[in-house]
Amino acid sequence: MRIKEHPILTFEEKKELSFFFDGKEVFGYEGDTIASALHALGVKTLSHSIELHRPRGFYCAIGNCSSCNMIVNGKANVRTCVTLLVENMQVKTQVNKGDIYETN
Amino acid sequence: MKQIDLVIIGGGPAGLSAAKMAAESGLSSLIIERDFKVGGQLVKQTHMFFGSEKQYAKTRGIDIAKILVNDVLKYPELIEIMTDTTVVGLYKDKVVTLLQNDKYIKVQTNAIIIATGASEKVLAFENNDLPGIYGAGAVQTLMNVHGVLPGQNVVMVGSGNIGLIVSYQLIQAGVNVLCVLEAASEIGGYKVHASKLKRLGVDIKTSHSIKKAIGKEYLEKIVIGKLDDKWEFIEGTDEELVVDSLCISVGLSPLSNLLSMIETEMKYVSYLGGLVPLIDKNHETSIENVFVAGDVCGVEEASSAIVEGYLTGLVVAKKLGFVHPNYDELYLDFKDQLQNLRSGPFGEKLRLGLEEIMR
Ligand SMILES: Cc1cc2nc3c(=O)[nH]c(=O)nc-3n(C[C@H](O)[C@H](O)[C@H](O)COP(=O)(O)OP(=O)(O)OC[C@H]3O[C@@H](n4cnc5c(N)ncnc54)[C@H](O)[C@@H]3O)c2cc1C
Repeated sequence: MRIKEHPILTFEEKKELSFFFDGKEVFGYEGDTIASALHALGVKTLSHSIELHRPRGFYCAIGNCSSCNMIVNGKANVRTCVTLLVENMQVKTQVNKGDIYETN
Repeated sequence: MKQIDLVIIGGGPAGLSAAKMAAESGLSSLIIERDFKVGGQLVKQTHMFFGSEKQYAKTRGIDIAKILVNDVLKYPELIEIMTDTTVVGLYKDKVVTLLQNDKYIKVQTNAIIIATGASEKVLAFENNDLPGIYGAGAVQTLMNVHGVLPGQNVVMVGSGNIGLIVSYQLIQAGVNVLCVLEAASEIGGYKVHASKLKRLGVDIKTSHSIKKAIGKEYLEKIVIGKLDDKWEFIEGTDEELVVDSLCISVGLSPLSNLLSMIETEMKYVSYLGGLVPLIDKNHETSIENVFVAGDVCGVEEASSAIVEGYLTGLVVAKKLGFVHPNYDELYLDFKDQLQNLRSGPFGEKLRLGLEEIMR
């Protein structure tokens, strides 16, 4: 859910960005972090705990607690709360410690 | 390896102010910030600050951030800023390793100011890891920076200033705040903030806390209860509330882990929020030319973080041979401002805590 009216802040209309969440095309706005874009879409579960696979969302939003880590463009353990959304990003839910990826 | 006079870790109010004062003295510096923008915690604070003129009282936090950033941008030849860059290693010979875009970069420096701030504490209760349970500051970022709401029905745990302010801002953004829970028998934050909430009909439940969270994939309900004077739940006082979000605001702890990498002398001081370095009157740690400023050496406020930044920037510059033309005057003024900020009954615990870390 996005704020439409606010007594102090104004949120200007921003450019829409399309990206992929677990393979499905969705939209966010320029200036969003991956986590805020997903949240606006109602997606709260961003990662899973390693041992018990419990669902996890973001907690600190300052890139510290690692509970929002996801796989972004093939790279695991990306802190989605401090990573800006980019057009066509491939964002995936992470369920393990994360695999090492190949850059080409 | 890149050679830098002064490396400043963290681009919050403390780090930015340190860079400004160093530059005024003629010393160049590099600010390293892991977020994609500088400003630290200030970038989400829409409320007006307390304190005195000198620390921008009556100005909103977001506007103070702009002032501090503009100050730094006035010295493009002296201050370099690297955002999206995390300091991941610190060595005793003053080599700093940075991680930027999957690349490690090594920097050799003469002095370091660590201004990494603090992170929000978590609270232990059943299912405290469910999505929908956030730090209060995290929700503030989501709302005030990104314009996204955490949910529709929220309960706040903790009635310190942050808990009270963020509750108010949730209401401003259109969220229903069911109540604020406070384990102590009295409200923790300033009366003005509490009164604003009460006027809006928010119940601040003292001697109450969260017992457990309920939900499968995300938070659906919470159980709260009344506490006795030993902070134990009183049987038969359970109450179930339907919420989609829960904010935890039970204090911050200093992000001091980088200091441990160079074996800085540290001490656990609960009044300061956790593990903090021992410092001398100029904020120098037990390692020569490694300084600290802001929340990392004791959780306080943006106002004191700014002044501590100025003070360390001024002192470091002098140590490296760049003496500010008004050094003596500024030094006394900064010391004086810090003392004023910490005076009065609200500053008591802080004063005791700071005494414990003086070298
Ligand atoms: C919700 C909330 C409300 C508040 N309200 C008020 C108020 O009304 N008045 C007031 O005076 N104060 C308030 N404060 C407190 C104030 O925001 C802080 O005291 C102040 O921001 C501390 O400044 P700092 O520069 O020490 O740290 P921060 O502002 O936390 O900045 C630290 C910076 O360091 C960066 N960093 C951390 N680790 C690394 C690393 N390894 N590498 C690179 N960069 C790193 C962080 O990303 C961050 O940008 C509030 C705080 C919160 C959380």
